[in-house]
Amino acid sequence: MANIHLDTIAKGYGETAVLKGVSIDIRDGEFLTLIGPSGCGKSTLLRIIAGLETQDSGSIAVDGDIIDGKRPKERDVAMVFQSYALYPHYTIYDNIALPLRTRRLSNAQRFPLLGSLVPGRQTIEVGIRQEVGNVAEMLGISHLLDRKPGQLSGGQRQRVALGRAMVRHPKIFLMDEPLSNLDAKLRVQMRAEIVDLHRRLGVTFVYVTHDQAEAMTMSDRVAVMIGGDVLQIAPAEELYRNPDDIRVAEMIGSPKINVVARKHWRIGAPQFALPDSQIAFRPESATIAAPSGGMLEGNVAGIENLGADIFVKVELGDAGPMVVRRAPGERRLEIGESVSVITDAAHMLVFDAAGKRVRPVERIAA
Amino acid sequence: MSTKTASARPAKRLGREERLAYGAIFPATLLLIALLFAPALAVAVVALTDWQLGATTLHFVGLENFKALFADPVFWTALKNTFLYVLIVVPGTVVLGLIVALLIEASPRLRGFYRAVHFLPVMSTMSAMAIVWGTMLHPTIGLVNRVLASIGIAGPNWLRDEQTALLTLAVIGIWQGFGFAMVLFVSGLKSIPQELYDAAAIDGADSIFERLRTVTLPMLGPVMMFVIVLTACRCFEVFDSVSVLTQGGPNYASEVLLHRLYTESFNYLRTGYGAALTVIYLTIIVCLTLGQTRIMERRVHYT
Repeated sequence: MANIHLDTIAKGYGETAVLKGVSIDIRDGEFLTLIGPSGCGKSTLLRIIAGLETQDSGSIAVDGDIIDGKRPKERDVAMVFQSYALYPHYTIYDNIALPLRTRRLSNAQRFPLLGSLVPGRQTIEVGIRQEVGNVAEMLGISHLLDRKPGQLSGGQRQRVALGRAMVRHPKIFLMDEPLSNLDAKLRVQMRAEIVDLHRRLGVTFVYVTHDQAEAMTMSDRVAVMIGGDVLQIAPAEELYRNPDDIRVAEMIGSPKINVVARKHWRIGAPQFALPDSQIAFRPESATIAAPSGGMLEGNVAGIENLGADIFVKVELGDAGPMVVRRAPGERRLEIGESVSVITDAAHMLVFDAAGKRVRPVERIAA
Repeated sequence: MSTKTASARPAKRLGREERLAYGAIFPATLLLIALLFAPALAVAVVALTDWQLGATTLHFVGLENFKALFADPVFWTALKNTFLYVLIVVPGTVVLGLIVALLIEASPRLRGFYRAVHFLPVMSTMSAMAIVWGTMLHPTIGLVNRVLASIGIAGPNWLRDEQTALLTLAVIGIWQGFGFAMVLFVSGLKSIPQELYDAAAIDGADSIFERLRTVTLPMLGPVMMFVIVLTACRCFEVFDSVSVLTQGGPNYASEVLLHRLYTESFNYLRTGYGAALTVIYLTIIVCLTLGQTRIMERRVHYT
């Protein structure tokens, strides 16, 4: 069991600062997702936790012990890579057995060919076979153990990579975009399997992704990273309902949150929203009304019917486009039709000119 | 079954596609015949005659040339020396090339410079370089023996001593060839994904030897095979350094197949005998290449 304490981790390559002092407390047994656009430093942070890279400053503690100088194999972490990084010349069995062999067999026992003559090796190998067998069964890949990675499908390779990570029961699981090489259907299935795995193993998972659906559906908490900073760490629901920063609001949620500058609101804008602020609201918290009956005026620019939901794109002129979700069965709209949009103050999120969240004073008082 | 299907289709006239296919392979086939098969066949025919270079008459003598060849102890010496040379130079070139490639890849700067420097011997003309080596290895005024003398070792007469002549040529062969192996290894090393090394580090294989064993060497398999086959073929044709430095001497201690072939054909003008030697030489090369490819392909992993 392990909690991870990241204390102002900074890392730069030459002139570029990749991480600008990141501090996160990851709880024991938690599934924490790092999400952010590419180049935000999320993978670098994961690699620093793994020990594959060294931070320029700051420190990492696992269960209170500083692990900064330790090599990856001494950190008791396992990692699943985007490309799976299976050894192509080993069989699946040997791939999964490798982490056990490097730890349990002496150098002499691992020596090619002659190693099997060294006393004690057979006993250890029997134990390893047992454990690899258990892991393979748990992941449903027992029938693949004799094959090589090249003969496996993407989903099967993914399971092997998970197996290699699981086999020695590490305290911490690190995953670097493990699902991004899979097709959409398999991705959804593996998402559920990884969540299930987390529940069964009960160890700490740190998961890196740029896919907000993965972050929303899998994690206990999500850390949103942009430009080397952590903007907000919260459960997915909280990030969606109550973002601290306009960039968090825009990253989480599909379709994207609507952002309309304060000056475009004729009526209905909250009292505390300053003239240079921006007001955001989710597509599902707005409705379409007759022209001049709402808060924002525009024309219907597009209609996307997904069956359960219909997304209507409304062009607001200077204020740009925005999206409103409607339920099926409402009156049909025509492209080009003049409409207005209504939302209510309770669902409006106000951000200042710098993009930071502004909350009404009375709520802070309470 | 098969005869039935074969007779079922119109056998006489070629289809349009087939004619096109034959037309497409025609130029390559012609070149292959003109440049490879015809000369090889001509050599095989000459090997059965007593022709001498420039002579206007020739007689077929059957396998007389081969009988003479197998009875000649110099031929066996040359054959033994050639194999010995290959057995020293191929591992030497591969190991040195690999070590230098690993060092260059591990160094943070000046990679291009080191690569160019180590590649220089490959680019140089062997016969010219052999003269330089000859000077360096001169028993009294040569650099090598002077350096040895300065630390109190009396160096041998490298190229005139039966004990050292072939070995010295082998060292020169390694010097000339390892840069090429190095360049191939460097490009092979670049194509190994970093994630595999990362995975190895996390799986506990993080010492130099573990990394080599778990990731580098297996991933270099295809390049390794290519380097070995190429170096072996190049070693079998060693000629220029022998010709310039030792002429196969002393007392045939550095005589090799190709130099023997050259001496017999062009110094003694025994063309038929030389052709017989060539046939032997070609047979060895072809067997070696086929055998090597087959053995290594089974053990080499291709992604």
